[in-house]
Amino acid sequence: MSETLILTKRWGKPDSAALRTYRADGGYAALDKALGMEPAAVVDEVKKSNLRGRGGAGFATGLKWTFLPKDVRPRYLTVNADESEPGTFKDRYIIEHDPHMLIEGIAITCYALDIHAAYVYIRGEFAKQARILEAAVEEARAAGILGSRLLGKKDFDLEIVVHRGAGAYICGEESALLESLEGKKGYPRLKPPFPAIVGLWGKPTIINNVETIANVPWIVANGGDAFAALGVGKSGGTRLFGVSGHVNRPGVFEKPVAYNLKKLIMEDCGGVVGGRKIKAVIPGGSSSPVLRGDEIDISLEFDAVKAAGSMSGSGGVIVFDDSTCMVRALARISKFYAEESCGQCTPCREGTSWMEGIVEKIEHGHATAEDVAKLEQVAGNIGGQTICALGDAASMPVQSFVKKFRDEFLRHVEERRCPYGDHGWGLDQSSRPAVVGGVRY
Amino acid sequence: MLPALRLGQEVFGYLSPAVQRLAADRLGTSPARAEEVATFYVMFHTAPIGRHLVEVCTNVSCCLTGGDRLFEYLKHKLGVANGGTSSDGRFTLREVECLGACGTAPAMLVDEEMHERLDPKKVEEILGRLE
Repeated sequence: MSETLILTKRWGKPDSAALRTYRADGGYAALDKALGMEPAAVVDEVKKSNLRGRGGAGFATGLKWTFLPKDVRPRYLTVNADESEPGTFKDRYIIEHDPHMLIEGIAITCYALDIHAAYVYIRGEFAKQARILEAAVEEARAAGILGSRLLGKKDFDLEIVVHRGAGAYICGEESALLESLEGKKGYPRLKPPFPAIVGLWGKPTIINNVETIANVPWIVANGGDAFAALGVGKSGGTRLFGVSGHVNRPGVFEKPVAYNLKKLIMEDCGGVVGGRKIKAVIPGGSSSPVLRGDEIDISLEFDAVKAAGSMSGSGGVIVFDDSTCMVRALARISKFYAEESCGQCTPCREGTSWMEGIVEKIEHGHATAEDVAKLEQVAGNIGGQTICALGDAASMPVQSFVKKFRDEFLRHVEERRCPYGDHGWGLDQSSRPAVVGGVRY
Repeated sequence: MLPALRLGQEVFGYLSPAVQRLAADRLGTSPARAEEVATFYVMFHTAPIGRHLVEVCTNVSCCLTGGDRLFEYLKHKLGVANGGTSSDGRFTLREVECLGACGTAPAMLVDEEMHERLDPKKVEEILGRLE
């Protein structure tokens, strides 16, 4: 059975980002179809599709859309292209290879929800991707697809604005993203009210991830049921899984949502470099709890990974071979969260730095067993105590690394040094091409 | 505010208090608003930097493929610490967080352009092309 490709179908084709390439492959036919439907019928198809948010939380997209209050205008759509969770590198390729698929998704979503202004918030570091997307938006506007008449057919004006961030992980958090769009520092907002009620400039706002919106044209073209049928239970469609770390073929792979994690690593990625054993896998971006190598024979579907004690999150899979020091890995992850805590809430601002300091101390052999206990205690006092999820994102890796690899932490304490040295850090990349949606990099 | 500060940085090189004030004035807001934004985002510079900005990712996936070794190599080569500028004013070097290039790690930005699948030789070539 050949696998259905929704998102990566055109990646790597000549001029895949050009409007004519997209149109030649049936692009914007779904928008045409949508314009012949009642907006509510489009929302119904998305609900039926069981599309769940691809940014990390996995929330049902159609349900989210219904949270908009009926009578308040204007409403806004914000597309989250802030892709910053370590291990996550998929949305950038949608924009690089197929920006019109995203633009068509935005246009259909806006038509369905009676929205006339959409903002794509793209992280500042994606300069190239921002240029590609801006050029594609301009191309669509010049072709009369966007502007005052959608596809030149329907009196429905739509403007898409590409807004660049300026370097802050926290701006991927949806309410911090809105603050940043409004020209402020990225401090997350207290919720409720949720953005669907009070969002951008105080107006109802839907915030969806790039990959989420990019699925919408296919859903409209093929029907929500067909999308749901690609998945299981309450998760429909395919997903982009990005695999990095110690594998032979890192890259982005489009697979059904319930694809097996072990198969992804051992077959699609060609297994671990040098045939080594897998010590650990982070299944859904650096904030998702780590799994041991013997815990990865699981479905990647959101609820299945949750049942296995972790999160499918953003689909960013990081693989560690058996030579890797897990304390050192955690030290780097903890440093990231300490660096990126916005500083608004005390438990996160102080706690992330504490955790970083203690893990560093353990890694360098200066810690006692009490420090390990203190680390767990600090981690246990951050999650759930903060305005946004960064606190949880910072404490979950700490709690899971210590729980799953306690022996390793204690060995650092007993031996007063890192028993692993530099092993596993600095694999030569030049002999391993990355594969991104079938394209070799 | 973000586009205004980005423009100011492009024109003046960095966001001095005077440039921050200029942005605030043009937007009809207080200099404090400009300053809190200028100091919050890592891509805004409130002090002068070298002619070229080299930013090396040392997050997990990059480290597993040599990102931190690359960073150490560059520190040594340029004779600078993290955030430092080489004595000839040519390069400012700093460590940055995940750039979203984990599959093609290790990665760095040079003047906001991404370079991926790096090794020391490739880095030499990229930097060698810059004045």
